[in-house]
Amino acid sequence: MNIQDKVIEIIAEQAVLETSDVALDNTLEDLGIDSLGLVESIFAIEEAFDISIPFNANDPSESDFDISNVQSIVAGIQKLIAEQKT
Amino acid sequence: MHRVVITGAGSVNALGHDVPSTLEAMREGRCGIGPLDFQDVDRLSIQIGGQVHGFEAEGRYNRQQMSLYDRFTQFTLAAAKEAIAQAGLTFSGDLAAKSGVILGTAGGGVNTWDQNYRLVYEEGKNRVHPFVVPKLMNNAAASHVSMEFNLKGPSFTVATACASSNHAMAQAFQMVRIGMAPAMITGGSESMLCFGGVKAWEGLRVMSKDACRPFSANRNGMVQGEGAGIFVFEDYDHARARGAEILCEVAGFAMSSDATDIVMPSKNGAARAMAGALADARVNADQVGYINAHGTGTAANDKTECAAVADVFGPHADKLMISSTKSMHGHLIGGTGAVELLACIMALRDGVIAPTIGYEEPDPECALDVVPNEARDADVDVVLSNAFAFGGMNAVLALRKV
Repeated sequence: MNIQDKVIEIIAEQAVLETSDVALDNTLEDLGIDSLGLVESIFAIEEAFDISIPFNANDPSESDFDISNVQSIVAGIQKLIAEQKT
Repeated sequence: MHRVVITGAGSVNALGHDVPSTLEAMREGRCGIGPLDFQDVDRLSIQIGGQVHGFEAEGRYNRQQMSLYDRFTQFTLAAAKEAIAQAGLTFSGDLAAKSGVILGTAGGGVNTWDQNYRLVYEEGKNRVHPFVVPKLMNNAAASHVSMEFNLKGPSFTVATACASSNHAMAQAFQMVRIGMAPAMITGGSESMLCFGGVKAWEGLRVMSKDACRPFSANRNGMVQGEGAGIFVFEDYDHARARGAEILCEVAGFAMSSDATDIVMPSKNGAARAMAGALADARVNADQVGYINAHGTGTAANDKTECAAVADVFGPHADKLMISSTKSMHGHLIGGTGAVELLACIMALRDGVIAPTIGYEEPDPECALDVVPNEARDADVDVVLSNAFAFGGMNAVLALRKV
């Protein structure tokens, strides 16, 4: 399973949706994921890829991790994996 | 209904090991938050806190006591000793039979859990000390206070996360007010600054890595503290009859539940608790000169709390002062309302308003007089102390000058 599919699987599980219902341009709000759901998703992604995601719920924009939609989250994770797993 | 006054106060926290040193630090706007020092701190991403330094159990407690006193109990007993000494009360006879201890803590003996899990899981030991359970139980601190000072009336421990000590003090207040007890020892204590305690908080991603800056636009989260605040709540007539020094009056309280979310605060729940405390104390909103805010320094709390204050106080919200001393001593979780009550006493008795330190940038969503960075002299008659907990459980106390 590639990175994008795994991330979508985690997000879909959090949103209680089928993976086919999660589109790359969906925002977390579109998917019904609130701040607590986001923190839980980030934890699941960190566990799945054994990476550390810089994210402070007080100021999501402060951290270098773009959560504006599914696509940006996937891109951010690809970048973190490249940085942390090499 | 009996009037209730505070006749003794004691504390151990990151700012000081007693009340005078704590109040001096608050007046000077000193920060007690710094690098954490305990085993495995290097494995934490959050490495700062309002840790109590230089408070050694050795020498203060004997070997038998140390085997029974978790750090949260050690803090409690030291603070209780100070408070009861100041009150000048000796509990015997009928006074002892009716007076009790109601304390707040969210986690109880977290260090004891942590140390013993480490022994059995990490070190593979199959045996733990026989007193692990009586040491870690949430009511251990209240029990030891009752034993140490011969308090034989109603005693228990309240756990409502960050509102624990306010709920506890509200309950103690109620018992004295209705005439059930002539005096109650109350307040709270917390000691979660250990690897497991901080690791658990890290998970929520609401902790700051650098500082607690309540109400400041660049705030980026809460910082944990530890310690205890303990008070003697006494029947006014009882205190007067024996010529006790009165620090201030506890005038009213209210509790409310958001009934919405397990972590996100609600403006409505906070507002109902503040308005309820005013009504219970029979004071008008415009009599309130100072609010000791819950003011955690998180994005969510501070803007919600300020909006709730604006709702309750209307135009008077712009005239009152509101500060968060968590910027100095950190968030003591279940003990926080108790240590923060010291700032309320200082406001009423000494006419000094503790500042919100670390304040750097105004936030339009927190556009109140937060007493930025420097303490202020002000004559106030009525103050509120806010506590809004995870789980949506709120408790607000109203206090008055005597």
